[in-house]
Amino acid sequence: MTNQYEMMIGLEVHVELAADTKLFCRCSSRFGDPPNTNICPVCLGMPGALPQANMEAVRLATRAAIALNCSINPVSKFDRKNYFYPDLPKGYQVTQFYEPIAQGGYIWIDDPRKKIRINRVHIEEDAGKSVHAGDEIITAEYSLVDCNRAGVPLIEIVSEPDISSPEEARQYLEKLQGLLKFARVSDVKMEEGSMRVDCNISVRRKGSQVPGAPVEMKNLSSFRAVVRALAYEFQRQAQVLEQGGQIVRETRHWDETEQVTRVLRTKESSDDYRYFPDADLPRLELSQGFIEEVRNEMPKLPDEIVSYYVDELGLPEYDARVLTLDPSLAEFFDACVSLGADPKTASNWIMVELLGYMKAENIPYENIPLSPEYLVSMLELINKGVISGKIAKDVLVIMIETGQDPRTIVKERGLEQISDDESIARIVDEVIAAHPSVVEEIKAGKAKAVGFLVGQVMKHTKGKANPAKVNTILRDKLLS
Amino acid sequence: MEIWGMPVRDILKYITSGEISATEVLECYLNAIREADPEINAFIDVLEPTARMDASRVDALLREGDSPGPLAGLPVAIKDNICVKGARCTCGSKILENWISPYDATVIKLLRDQGAVIVGKTNLDEFAMGSSTETSAYGITRNPWDLRRVPGGSSGGSAAAVAAGMAPLALGTDTGGSIRQPASFSGVCGLKPTYGLVSRYGVTAYASSLDTVGPFGETVWDCALLLEAIAGHDPLDATSAAGEPAAYTKRLEGSVRGLRVGIPRELLNGVSAQVRELFDNTLSTMEDMGMIVEEMSIPPVAHAVEAYYVIAAAEASSNLSRFDGVRFGRRAPAGTLDEMYTKSRGEGLGKEVVKRILLGTFVLDSGNKDRYFMRAARVRTLIKREFEKAFDNFDLIVSPASPDVAFKIGEKIEDLLTMYLADLITIPVNMAGLCALSMPMGFVDCDGAALPCGLQIIGKPFDEPAVLKAGYLLEQEIEAGIREEVSSMRRKLNPVRECELVD
Repeated sequence: MTNQYEMMIGLEVHVELAADTKLFCRCSSRFGDPPNTNICPVCLGMPGALPQANMEAVRLATRAAIALNCSINPVSKFDRKNYFYPDLPKGYQVTQFYEPIAQGGYIWIDDPRKKIRINRVHIEEDAGKSVHAGDEIITAEYSLVDCNRAGVPLIEIVSEPDISSPEEARQYLEKLQGLLKFARVSDVKMEEGSMRVDCNISVRRKGSQVPGAPVEMKNLSSFRAVVRALAYEFQRQAQVLEQGGQIVRETRHWDETEQVTRVLRTKESSDDYRYFPDADLPRLELSQGFIEEVRNEMPKLPDEIVSYYVDELGLPEYDARVLTLDPSLAEFFDACVSLGADPKTASNWIMVELLGYMKAENIPYENIPLSPEYLVSMLELINKGVISGKIAKDVLVIMIETGQDPRTIVKERGLEQISDDESIARIVDEVIAAHPSVVEEIKAGKAKAVGFLVGQVMKHTKGKANPAKVNTILRDKLLS
Repeated sequence: MEIWGMPVRDILKYITSGEISATEVLECYLNAIREADPEINAFIDVLEPTARMDASRVDALLREGDSPGPLAGLPVAIKDNICVKGARCTCGSKILENWISPYDATVIKLLRDQGAVIVGKTNLDEFAMGSSTETSAYGITRNPWDLRRVPGGSSGGSAAAVAAGMAPLALGTDTGGSIRQPASFSGVCGLKPTYGLVSRYGVTAYASSLDTVGPFGETVWDCALLLEAIAGHDPLDATSAAGEPAAYTKRLEGSVRGLRVGIPRELLNGVSAQVRELFDNTLSTMEDMGMIVEEMSIPPVAHAVEAYYVIAAAEASSNLSRFDGVRFGRRAPAGTLDEMYTKSRGEGLGKEVVKRILLGTFVLDSGNKDRYFMRAARVRTLIKREFEKAFDNFDLIVSPASPDVAFKIGEKIEDLLTMYLADLITIPVNMAGLCALSMPMGFVDCDGAALPCGLQIIGKPFDEPAVLKAGYLLEQEIEAGIREEVSSMRRKLNPVRECELVD
């Protein structure tokens, strides 16, 4: 049934800018401080307090606009969006409604390769946070307001309805997240609320020229929730249409527990925000010089880094994509390469061992628990034959957990590979003596069984014997 | 030596020379407040303890040979919509009855830094919305010249405090005439500075694009002195103008010969016969002084009132949203959030304020915005442009500061349209972002009382020096009569004076 329908999805993404202070006062914008500690007359909306625009936030917003290929407006303005809510101290939110800082951008998604257009990027301030007793707004006996977040600088990125599946939405969000992380605009964490997504989805019968009524969805706290909510909503709307019903323009709430969407409000009762220019703030004028300066200080973005890794360093595309999931990873990798590591070897160790460890321990990308110097000197130990690759995996974990230099670890714990022929030959002799029947088989032509004896030698040496040498010596003794 | 009634210039001189102390001066004015204010009700709060601290700090500095600054020991009364740290800032509203400001407005910091003594907070129309000080939740302020009359508004408390000799200087705010009209009604000088000259930081917003803060004084010199103290760029106010303000008191002397003065016909509509006569006499004096006076026209001014009430109400509706019962005012017990809002605001905000919030909400509604708000913004641009043109041909523009003398309490509060229309004479100055002085030009006999009436001298943006100079020199020509009337009015108010000091 649903294959006769198509969907158009537009995303509105709010991103907290990584500025140290709030948009209109110099209070800290740090996340997670005790409630109502980063506040002042301005962000509390006290009578008489006035806003002073934070140029650092403007710079970051400009950088985001560049990363998203937008054209930057040399003059933009601030407006007031008026509505009442307890966590909105002034009774209005300062935003850019009429003349945003940037318009008309796009980003590419890869599968299918497709350009998703961006309508606009505008700057606005965040509201405070309502904390409901017992967590549920409906049943709460009372609510408290934390104004630490009030006035934290945000940008809102509004896409055109170019996205046509939940999967494309996920790709768009991942791409966007990567771009903003690499542009050092924001830490874009859904779980800390520094990235928030609202979806607009409309569904229509394939081939129809009339767009469906847009339905907005809120409370999407992860990419997974976005994907599921969109899939659910597509099904629901297609079903309604199939049964001859009509979709009404409304806002729906994603219920994470039940995995369904529910009506939050219909557009007939929608708010009129009475937007009008904020007379407390002059026009925001960005000189050509300022825009050029921001362009020049622009960090490298993922696509550029990927081509560099593939074309210049010879990494497979897959490796390059993994290493550009986060700027910390790419920086770590770059550091290893510049310290002399072979790119592919470094990439393997980072992708498999390091990321494997971090994932198991739930360590976020930006907290890589190891220095590139240690990893590289560990790789050197492997190269020089001081330790085996197998032992190296243990060394890596010990490095992370103790913070010790790999050379110290290897020395103190006696993990050096046994490479001198005499010592290996002695152990090989012991193993041969202990397994006469296997030796017989080998001599009878079952050369594969050598592997078993190699394993026995390694076991004896707790993995420290140089496996290549063990193999050679064993073959010398048994097969020649 | 009697301090009370002494010109501010002399008080300043004697404090600085050590002949009298700032504390003595303060006590003298506190005394005057105790005697006259029960009748006048110019003050919402008198800040006795902190004012005494201010004064003794000034005295201590002087004893140590340090300079306390250009306002050394001068008491200043502050309109109660300007934040003074540790003091209530009620804005004349019940909703802020218990709100104590945790911070100083920039103008308050500047005053204290320059040796001023903050004597108290003065009454005003609720949130500065009104022209009579009758909409305050803290009682009506009476006009010292005739207690049956209003002092004007919204800065009525500040004007009345200076008029009655309860403070030598005061600050007010002017959004559509709230300094100039009460100055006119109360027989004092008041200056509405160019938008951006004086910081608005810490001044409760009524209409952000129009609000200005300015001085009241007995004389033009006093206004120049106080303006000098508060003018200047403030990084905390993004709309504050860059650049150094002028030394206004140093630029008052000289000649006004050959100055071209325009009289816009539109501002004379509805002016009473008696005020018109006074105004014509004043124009003659100006001509005698060598100014070239000429009638002219600024047509779009005719639409200024309508456009003003649309813009001011729109901005006010947003500015006052913060008074929602969540953080300010009494929170009305309610079952739902909406009920909490409506009840708290309904109980805390007065009729006039509610009316303007409703008007402002209406004109910003998406269905009405183009028809009202956007159109009003265009009218505003037009008015501004026409004034710019007018100033190509004229150095100053003058008019009466109000179409009539002070009206009686209760006389116009039910006839708001007349009261709104009376603002036509002052509103264009705010719409065009100009500066204007209101100074006494004489008296009109009314019901057995001599009632003062003001002259408005309008200047180009940031041309306060020219406005003040013209006012100062004109004052020399017409001053004598006014000072006598002031003394006799004050004697009636304060039959017993105990401010005599032994030399």
